[in-house]
Amino acid sequence: MQSSRLLQAAARRAGAAIRGLGHDVAAAGGGPSGGRALNSLAASSANWSSNAAAAAVQLNPFPLGGTLNQMRTATLLPGEGIGEEVNGALVEVFEAADVPLEFETFRFSNYEEGLPQEVINSFKKNLVAMKGPFTTPVKSKYTSINILLRRDFDLFANIVHAYSIPGVQSRLGGVDVVMIRENTEGEYSGMEHEAVPGVVESLKIITEARSMRIAQYAFAYAAANNRKKVTAVHKANIMKSGDGLFLDCCKRVAAEYPYIEFEGMIVDNTCMQMVSRPQQFDVMILPNLYGNIVTNIAAGICGGPGLFPGANIGENGAVFEQGARHSGLDIAGKNKANPTGQILGGVMMLRYLQLTKHADAIENAVMRVLEGNKARTPDVGGSATTTDYTKAIISHLE
Amino acid sequence: MLRAAAAGASRHWRLAAGATPGRSSAGVTRSLSAAATADPTASLRKEVQTAPTAGGTGIGDGSSAALADGKHFTVTLFPGDGIGPEISAAVQTIFAAANVPVSWETHEISVANVKPGDPLVSREALDSVLRNGFGLKGPMATPVGKGHKSLNLTLRKELALYANVRPCVSFPGVKTPYDNVDLVTVRENTEGEYSGLEHVVVPGVVESLKVITRTASQRVAEYAFKYAADNNRSRVTAVHKASVMKQSDGLFIEVCREVSELFPNVEYEEMLIDTCASALVMDPSRLDVMVMPNLYGDIISDLCAGLIGGLGLTPSGNMGAACMLAEAVHGTAPDIAGMNKANPTALLMSSLMMLRHMKLAAKADDIERAVHAVLKEGKYRTGDLGGSASTTEYTEAIIDKMSTGK
Repeated sequence: MQSSRLLQAAARRAGAAIRGLGHDVAAAGGGPSGGRALNSLAASSANWSSNAAAAAVQLNPFPLGGTLNQMRTATLLPGEGIGEEVNGALVEVFEAADVPLEFETFRFSNYEEGLPQEVINSFKKNLVAMKGPFTTPVKSKYTSINILLRRDFDLFANIVHAYSIPGVQSRLGGVDVVMIRENTEGEYSGMEHEAVPGVVESLKIITEARSMRIAQYAFAYAAANNRKKVTAVHKANIMKSGDGLFLDCCKRVAAEYPYIEFEGMIVDNTCMQMVSRPQQFDVMILPNLYGNIVTNIAAGICGGPGLFPGANIGENGAVFEQGARHSGLDIAGKNKANPTGQILGGVMMLRYLQLTKHADAIENAVMRVLEGNKARTPDVGGSATTTDYTKAIISHLE
Repeated sequence: MLRAAAAGASRHWRLAAGATPGRSSAGVTRSLSAAATADPTASLRKEVQTAPTAGGTGIGDGSSAALADGKHFTVTLFPGDGIGPEISAAVQTIFAAANVPVSWETHEISVANVKPGDPLVSREALDSVLRNGFGLKGPMATPVGKGHKSLNLTLRKELALYANVRPCVSFPGVKTPYDNVDLVTVRENTEGEYSGLEHVVVPGVVESLKVITRTASQRVAEYAFKYAADNNRSRVTAVHKASVMKQSDGLFIEVCREVSELFPNVEYEEMLIDTCASALVMDPSRLDVMVMPNLYGDIISDLCAGLIGGLGLTPSGNMGAACMLAEAVHGTAPDIAGMNKANPTALLMSSLMMLRHMKLAAKADDIERAVHAVLKEGKYRTGDLGGSASTTEYTEAIIDKMSTGK
């Protein structure tokens, strides 16, 4: 009861954030590995909807769009590299699981024109999308598709969940970490100029508003998902004003959650801890660039970037994807790519859409195939093709 | 290309000299050339030495104190705080036993010794490093509260330390999830995200300035390639995020690419920082020497230290225009200070980097073999590695295993 009240309080603060997030949690924890599946979540969610519905109408930052059991559409952007294969696998699995969802698929890779208008229209209508990887040529002067999407639609929170999966070989076990990355500012401001020849200045922007927003999101997530600790990652000893402001915002929000442990950790130490004692981490809040780095380390120590899901969530919609974005250009088209991260990203999306049964069925099938070592792609020590692995998942659907 | 580099270095030196009030130009000349003899980029410097400086006085090729003295070196020692004095003593004992031709000039620098507002590092101490060309620094307590400029920033600036080098090699017998790690991080040490330029645009909005210059990028890239060539390393990877920071990181890798063309025998590649982090934890053997801007270097070097067992084992060296400062990057461990329990390995390994820089590789190799043998045997290990040996016992065990120590 106590915890349920706390959850309600958190829910009120973040509006419907909890719903989208809460389900997301089950995505991570619902599998055999997580052990954090919240049976209480449904109950607290029900409480919440009756008691705090009014608040939700006002605050609802994450419109879910359609209602349950209604066929709806989502936007699908396969992307480049392995994108075609892993999204192909996703679509096959969704079809086999009778997911009541139709994809509107758009293939494009023309950086010079940015996001095609039809993609923008589709996403505005559907509010949810699955996205494959888009590479950004270093020499291109155009902003990456990934950044355009999250900037244009203000998808401010990037959530990546990395955890030890039974049956998957990794160097460090017992890991279960949710990384919540600020997705819209920081080092990714895109503001750079050459002051004099040979001297380039690049602006990192940290704002109180966006730091508060990501911190509130992270703590609401932690509260709704029964997480015990939040670690804010920073470099405030050097960037005293910028990262100092970020850390200060995290501390202010932490004060509202006395039942969640809070700590700040300097980013270099965080990376060292991540490769020696990653079990100490629970939920992490990270400014943009540190988030990019730490999510890749976390995915790496848990078995590889191809395994874990990610979401980009904002008030104007949500885009789901493989957590540590890798376009895998070297193995593209070879039927070798691991679609696990993309499929679990799809599971996250289904929970966001409250299609919980379908989400559970697909996630369980993936976990059983990985745990039982039935079929496995080369990146996790197997020799199965993407197609074989996908077939194995489908055969394990119940 | 080389000329441009030399011109850059020359400008840098002038800055360093200019920041040294009350010193004769002769003094500057002497310390600069002393460093040049031991610096792997010495060949690049030859041009600089004949180039006129701002004041019109040429930097002469004055005789190197080190060489003239029959390969005897004086090293400025900052023992530091906490366990610093014990681990420094261990290094001194081992050097003496190995007959390393080094004498020490000790400067006690500690936050405890200075009044608030005064500089932590005295002018004499800084001049000592510049004069000797070599310094060894133990861990130092971070001053709490305002009034002190950061010690590391002061040292970096005053000694013109432009590159931080951290070799991370697995120690036999020190069990971590990663075996056979053999990585070198070369970090740009003077600019980037550590410019210290930040301002509040409007309340609640902070801009932090990252500065990347061609000059500093070139200097660190040249050092990285020279290091790779001198140490039989096959590949240099430039680590960056030019996909997002197209101009700043873009300039950094552009310069690295240009420098790579001067070193046809060293393979060159570029890698995004996130890909690099992922690769390091998936398969560290995928990488070799890595060169990168300041913040990435900070992050990646600590990550690499984590792979081999932490900062208590990791050596670190700072390359300056006129000196080298080897250091322990771990903390002062006040809880065990003075108890003869501290692990001197990191400081010792750093001092071995310094010996190699002095071209005393044979001595360094001998001591390093002894360290590896002791750790592998596992009989004498300090508490941080799960043993119960005292600092003194561990030190003696190392001396026992040295060929020159018997």
